[in-house]
Amino acid sequence: MTTKLFGEPVQRREDARLVTGQGRYLDDLGPGALAAAFVRSPHAHARIKDIDVSAALDVEGLVAVYTWEDLPGALAEPLPLLIPHPALTHGRTAYPLAKDIVRHVGEPVVMVVAADRYLAEDACALIEVEYEFLKPVVGVEEAAQGVHLVHEDVPGNVGAHLVQEVPSREGRSAAEAIDAAPNRLEFRLDIERSASMPLEGRGVYARWDADDGSLRVYSSTQTSTSVRMAVAAKLGLPLPKVEVIAPDVGGGFGVKIVHPWPEEILVPWAARTLGREVKWTEDRREHFVSSAHERAQVQHVRVGFDDEGHVLGLDVTILHDHGAYTPYGIIVPIITSTQLLGPYKIGAYRVEFSSIYTNTVQVTPYRGAGRPQGVFCMERTLDRVAAYLGKDRTEVRAANFIGPDEFPYDQGLIFQDGRPLVYDSGNYPESLRMLKELIGWDSFPEMKARAAAEGRRIGIGIGCYVEGTGVGPYEGGHVQVTSDGRVHVSTGLTSQGQGHETVFAQIAATELGVPIERVSVVTGDTRRFGYAVGTFASRAAVMSGNAIALACRKVREKALRIAADALEADPRDLEITDGIVHVAGTPSASIPLATVAVLSNPLRYAFDEETKRATQFSGTSAPDRPPVDEGEEPGLEGRDYYSPIRSTFASGMHAAIVETDPETAEITILRYAVVHDCGKLINPMIVEGQIHGGVAQGVGGALYEKMVYDEHGQLLNASFMDFLMPYATEVPRIETAHLETPSPLNPLGVKGAGEAGVIPVSAVIASAIEDAEGIPIDRMPISPSDLHTLRLRLAG
Amino acid sequence: MSEETTRHLVTLVVNGVVREAAVPARRLLSDFLRHDLGLTGTHVGCEHGVCGACTVLLDGEPVRSCLTFAVTVDGHEITTVEGLARDGEPSPVQRAFTECHGLQCGFCTPGFLCTVTAFLRDNPAPTEEEALEAVSGNLCRCTGYQNIIKAVHRAAEIQAETQVRPGDREGRA
Ligand code: FES
Ligand code: FES
Repeated sequence: MTTKLFGEPVQRREDARLVTGQGRYLDDLGPGALAAAFVRSPHAHARIKDIDVSAALDVEGLVAVYTWEDLPGALAEPLPLLIPHPALTHGRTAYPLAKDIVRHVGEPVVMVVAADRYLAEDACALIEVEYEFLKPVVGVEEAAQGVHLVHEDVPGNVGAHLVQEVPSREGRSAAEAIDAAPNRLEFRLDIERSASMPLEGRGVYARWDADDGSLRVYSSTQTSTSVRMAVAAKLGLPLPKVEVIAPDVGGGFGVKIVHPWPEEILVPWAARTLGREVKWTEDRREHFVSSAHERAQVQHVRVGFDDEGHVLGLDVTILHDHGAYTPYGIIVPIITSTQLLGPYKIGAYRVEFSSIYTNTVQVTPYRGAGRPQGVFCMERTLDRVAAYLGKDRTEVRAANFIGPDEFPYDQGLIFQDGRPLVYDSGNYPESLRMLKELIGWDSFPEMKARAAAEGRRIGIGIGCYVEGTGVGPYEGGHVQVTSDGRVHVSTGLTSQGQGHETVFAQIAATELGVPIERVSVVTGDTRRFGYAVGTFASRAAVMSGNAIALACRKVREKALRIAADALEADPRDLEITDGIVHVAGTPSASIPLATVAVLSNPLRYAFDEETKRATQFSGTSAPDRPPVDEGEEPGLEGRDYYSPIRSTFASGMHAAIVETDPETAEITILRYAVVHDCGKLINPMIVEGQIHGGVAQGVGGALYEKMVYDEHGQLLNASFMDFLMPYATEVPRIETAHLETPSPLNPLGVKGAGEAGVIPVSAVIASAIEDAEGIPIDRMPISPSDLHTLRLRLAG
Repeated sequence: MSEETTRHLVTLVVNGVVREAAVPARRLLSDFLRHDLGLTGTHVGCEHGVCGACTVLLDGEPVRSCLTFAVTVDGHEITTVEGLARDGEPSPVQRAFTECHGLQCGFCTPGFLCTVTAFLRDNPAPTEEEALEAVSGNLCRCTGYQNIIKAVHRAAEIQAETQVRPGDREGRA
């Protein structure tokens, strides 16, 4: 087995357990644990008058019933506001169990613990909550009028308001640049709500060890380290007495980065209070009404441009619907505002957003996190510019591209990490060239004409994006070589199907020169690695990948030092191949890494034949030096962190050909092409998989998925029956091509790939439908009946 | 004892082994397999019959275990994802999903594996269309399906090469 594995399509090491039913997801743990269930608000906005639990008390197997009044200390306080921002002047978070007022359907009001879930739900059904109705505030524009309030103390329902402005090189404001431009357009663009919707919902399982005074929590989370800190703080426990583990997680896509969820602190608290194991597994309806959604935004655009299509001034005003609470701050509209600019240099830019409360489920990042909206905005704008000027859409894009020689390129804005938005590298013209070739852009007009001759309508669309990936602040990696020659890698961030066990093992095997079979990887387990941020923003490969590489380099250096002593060689002449340290060019002068690991740890007591070498009478240590030299530590292990100055910027371009049925308005994607640049590829098979999955979610967002709230704040389609996620029959075959522009910011030259696929899809499909139909498409998703309505409107 | 808690003895053959548990009438087959028999490989993604994650083979045919009461399948034979491998060797379908990167988080996977196993037993050499159709009742939020469809064809290939028909064991002979 070769040890050069970086860049190879190595098969996943996760799969052996996952295809045999041996994975361990949250609900697979803790057989026999008590089950928690929740009484949730059936109303969008109401005051709790009374909670009567008496009827539930007779339920067989009932263990406990809790309301807000039962919660002690910090548990009774509102949940943390995770990402404060100066513009978020009116941030509000929920109580773990509602106190006095409920602000969306699904808000937890009572927690029940019983022998099993069936019984817990029986008890929930018998609990009577009396409500006094308050006026529900639904729809971002209605909410922005501020007639009725979601929070009494938040005037106008405005949680945050932020303006960012970048003047042109000549010092003109966006307004001035637009007014002075030879051509101007103004329009509105809408995107509706969707959601991450992982196939496994949330879940928490907690065990309290009364003898030890310690708590072990398993959570289906994207950040176990941060859940740990939150649980310790909320329960008043010393941090070392709390461990949090993310087991196998059945998808996250953003929603599971939010924490602590009410259930994530209530279940551990109940476990500790009751001295019993307690588990809560979210059901699908709960996931719809009590986790998080994303995407809904209304965007008003003003653009000024010259006759070549150069954008001279761009002014975007965004109304962002963040739902009832803001635990995750205003990251989504910040990302929209900044990443909207994509691969382009814009003359002058002004962006303003208002983030508005409504009586709906809270909004937090979902794969893409505000970028799909931003890209929809920018790309629709460029399509309109092209249409206005009668130019090819790709020509207008090319006219505005940042050139390959203009990096690092400073967009003049502040990004989601609080740092300047400076692109590190990219090659946008080449990407466009590849995409046009892949989809056959230049020959499409003939194809379209041929189709038209057969009475068919087809159209082609394009969308480009830049994605800031690998945001800080940091991740770490720990690498230990044990005396059996095995390599144990751990990192604190978590996995939800991205194949981290495989790619991190590839990195470690490559760096250390060991067979990948000897490498094992643990993620998201605070017992193994306590310092981490989490998995989001396409950051795992960049952050933990580099941290692990750096940790491996430390281990390698130490291994060579010890081996050099043993072999009486110069460490600079040594190499490691297949787990054996040897003198370059002289394979016979060698020592296995396993032996190096033994020698790294001076022993008094041997525990097997091999370790006898490291004991004090073995003659291996120099008598005139301390067994552990100054500055050294026992053991062949290393820990390092990667903390980049700022994000690294991946990019990509997608194109699609769609067909619209002249009769039924059915929309079919005939072809879908992706050119993707995430720097150096660690595992191309896994990157492609990420792209496929992202595009599929993008297709969902473009054609099918939306959260339908009625005026009472009831979510009308809270099931898989009614919220339409694509099946295999709805997703086109995705054709991909890769460009590898390494990032100069990190040792591996990698950029993130997790979110990319989803980002431009709504823009691309809108562009293609518009091309097929000749009707402006300014709102996504679009269904056949929406298209039909647009046709009627245009006709009549 | 209320109707909710009265227990009924359910005896099944699961993955070739006789299993027995006393459960309330309302116990779903999915919960029965997962929590009474400890076979947690069968997953629950919606509990309303749409996602297919809970698919198992009932007398060889795919069914949604979240829409089936355990008491209604007393005396029948069930195959779950834990029973697809033979003598410790992954089945052609399991191998193909791994080779083709047909899974990411793996949560939907047991349902796909059971569905595809039954499908290829009945149709060992499917066309593109048929393969697509076969998996179009199962939701996956991670993969975009492309590699799953690839895996169906690859499984057919492996099956043909090894001449082992993965459905044979739970075949309806
Ligand atoms: S869990 Fe049975 S179909 Fe979704
Ligand atoms: S692999 Fe995650 S849902 Fe299919």
